[in-house]
Amino acid sequence: MREVVLPVVNTVAAWRREARALAAAGVPPEAVLWSVGQGTRDLFADGAGGPDGTGALPRTPEYFRQEEGGGGIRVSKTALDTIESALCHSDPERFARGYRLVLRLSRGAVAWGDRSDADMLTVLRHAKAVGRDIHKMHAFVRFREVPTEGARRAFAAWFEPEHPCVERGTPFFARRFGDMDWVIATPGVTARFEAGRLRFEETRAEMRPPEDATEELWRTYYASIFNPARVMVKAMCAEMPKKYWKNLPEAELIPDLVRGAEARVRGMAETAPAETAAPRVDKVRARTAALLAEAAPEDALGHLRRDLSACARCGICARATAPVPGEGPAGAPLMIVGEQPGDHEDLAGRPFVGPAGAVFDEAARAAGLDRGAAYITNAVKGFKYAPRGKRRIHQRPDAGEVTRCRWWLDLERDLVRPRLILAMGSTALASLTGSGQGILSRRGRAETLADGTPVLPAVHPAYLLRLPDRAQAAAERARFEADVARAVALARAAA
Amino acid sequence: MAKRTLAEKLSILSDAAKYDASCASSGGDRRDARDGKGLGSSGGSGICHAYAPDGRCISLLKILMTNFCIYDCAYCINRASSRVERARFSVEEVVNLTVEFYRRNYIEGLFLSSGIIRSPDDTMADMVRIARTLREQERFRGYIHLKTIPAASQELLDEAGRWADRLSINVEMPTERSLSEYAPEKSASGIRKAMADVRLRREASREGPSHRGKRPARFAPAGQSTQVIVGADASSDRTILTQSSTLYASYGLSRVYYSAFSPIPDPAKALPLKPPPLVREHRLYQADWLLRFYGFGVEEIGGASGMLDLEVDPKTAWALEHRERFPVDVNRASREELLRVPGFGTKTVGRLLSARRRGLVRYEHLKAMGAVMKKAQPFISAGGWSPRGLLDDARLRARFAPQPEQMALF
Repeated sequence: MREVVLPVVNTVAAWRREARALAAAGVPPEAVLWSVGQGTRDLFADGAGGPDGTGALPRTPEYFRQEEGGGGIRVSKTALDTIESALCHSDPERFARGYRLVLRLSRGAVAWGDRSDADMLTVLRHAKAVGRDIHKMHAFVRFREVPTEGARRAFAAWFEPEHPCVERGTPFFARRFGDMDWVIATPGVTARFEAGRLRFEETRAEMRPPEDATEELWRTYYASIFNPARVMVKAMCAEMPKKYWKNLPEAELIPDLVRGAEARVRGMAETAPAETAAPRVDKVRARTAALLAEAAPEDALGHLRRDLSACARCGICARATAPVPGEGPAGAPLMIVGEQPGDHEDLAGRPFVGPAGAVFDEAARAAGLDRGAAYITNAVKGFKYAPRGKRRIHQRPDAGEVTRCRWWLDLERDLVRPRLILAMGSTALASLTGSGQGILSRRGRAETLADGTPVLPAVHPAYLLRLPDRAQAAAERARFEADVARAVALARAAA
Repeated sequence: MAKRTLAEKLSILSDAAKYDASCASSGGDRRDARDGKGLGSSGGSGICHAYAPDGRCISLLKILMTNFCIYDCAYCINRASSRVERARFSVEEVVNLTVEFYRRNYIEGLFLSSGIIRSPDDTMADMVRIARTLREQERFRGYIHLKTIPAASQELLDEAGRWADRLSINVEMPTERSLSEYAPEKSASGIRKAMADVRLRREASREGPSHRGKRPARFAPAGQSTQVIVGADASSDRTILTQSSTLYASYGLSRVYYSAFSPIPDPAKALPLKPPPLVREHRLYQADWLLRFYGFGVEEIGGASGMLDLEVDPKTAWALEHRERFPVDVNRASREELLRVPGFGTKTVGRLLSARRRGLVRYEHLKAMGAVMKKAQPFISAGGWSPRGLLDDARLRARFAPQPEQMALF
């Protein structure tokens, strides 16, 4: 039987070294007796520290990798990291189990992550327990400021973790509190961070730093943020188990807070709603109303935009961000009507700014159209969609919705009085002419509305984006651009 | 009014802030202070530094800058007509409290909200100044969550997103109608527009792929969230969840928080006298998870009334109503089917699928994979297990619902 006594500080690194040596020597797991030494550190004086032998332990991945290749052990990085985490558990069997498992993993006798294997399951559970303990250490360490002569502020804490996980858990504090010196002392090992350097040593005695003034403010905060109307002591204790309470300054308040909660809630229930509100509230209300009142619109299109923003003629806009009004000057010779705003248009509150808008803009540029001189709008002003997780899937507005929204399109036509309307897509065409059928045969030839305004049908630019066949897409795009160019020319000619 | 001490202000302004449920401090930019030139780290999983006896975690210093407010929202303790005590922090006071609390490892960062004083722009400007001072003067690298004010200017929103990890705007009510009833100064479309603005700015700020191939947002890197008050108006759970699914789809929200309306001192007359059961809030969160991670649609959750079953969790309730889809064979079923089994979480399903590649999954393996077998048992078949008549048992629901308490014999 071999006896291996690991040091209190740097235990895991020593285990790794020993395990590698034992494996190389072909020592079977049942022939090794592992323990953590009490005051036997000098046995390992040659290698008890980090790479520089000082006890400093940079736990970087490079360090693992350097050590890995040598022995007869080959395990994945994840496996080694998890096993090493489980080695920070308090179970005395952990070193033997870890050695057994790395040997079996190297031989391929067990697959990593196979929870039907007893050793594997225990190691995974221990690693999880250690992870939780470390997480609780990150949460529940409470620093107190201590006097120092140095330039950096200094803080200290006494903490009692369930497992010996200080070395694994404290690099977090070095990353977080890099600009101050601190000490975290625990019953086994003490972590010291001074001038940017983290080191570990055996704890000689319990060291509780004296209370500092900020602690009282923290207790004030803790008591005030508690809502007495929803006491759930079990939920609190599940996440902040009582074993940690003795080192938490706020925990001493808990019994009184719980005891007093019921009376506080009763007090609130008995306070009838006030008949007299706070003094001067009417004045405040009036001033707020005046402050939030929007300026009156300057022109008729402005009025239309304001009225549209409150539209509830159909249910579409209640689920969209807001109705998207048309854009452009009154008296624009060319009016362009699309189907409905899409995801981008809805977010930006402007028509044709998404992918379909980009296709249109390109066609407009090619036709020499200044977008700002035309009036661009949609047959339906709200974005109709179905929510799918984090995305919105476009849905076609139905005939009723198109009809109800025509009210706004008619008002826009009345105010803008365009010489020609470019109707993009069947919804726009249906809204304007009463029928959206047969758009592919009707496009490019002007039709006349009841009031004499000519309408030029074209496909919707979004249609071009959906065509899978590249040759067809190119042909359709050329056709679309020709239609836009014709609309621009016709509108100019009519001017 | 006598000048208040810092402790008095802290007491008033944290008391006023406790009705905001959010305390998340996870996600976003990875930052730390390894260089020794700053304070704090963030970007990993969040840390809850303490728990109050109400079971809620304390992760951030959650305070109002001031609880003076010119708005008069019926559900809010700080509404203009409330007779609550008022206080106001200076910029320096908030900055110092945050830094000193952070150095003692009490908190992950700051969650700053505020009543609206003078005007939305004035208030937002002060809040932005606090965030900027923390970042620039104190080199604070911890987490900052700013509550944004929908009516504030675009420039202030831009700056808020530059300093803060997360921005949030509360929708407050499940419907537009309730909002205008309870919060006359707020506008539902104004709130939606502000959320749309945040999403557009986040998308515009994504530059260059990260090492994981995702492009991180520089603007509000931990995203945006919102909160809705449950039980103050008569909206059903389905109405509430429909709004949530709309918000998740539209504005890429990280979270929708549900806050069961809680009695407040000096309540307004418009409020109901009785708060909703807290379990309703819990069921809403469970349903929210089903929507986001388990492939459920809003229309599938909740019974004919549109309310969630308070006795049984929503997934079990769904399974009890759809017994024809069970038992699910754990060795054959698709991921989608497995995700609908009560007692199976996303992690369990992941482990199950990878274990299937190694061989037959037996009943006794499932517990080790993290399944809650008491729940899953009647709904699955596995190597060595069939539920037989269990699934059709009329008393199946009684297995999950809390036992009726027998009156004491006396």
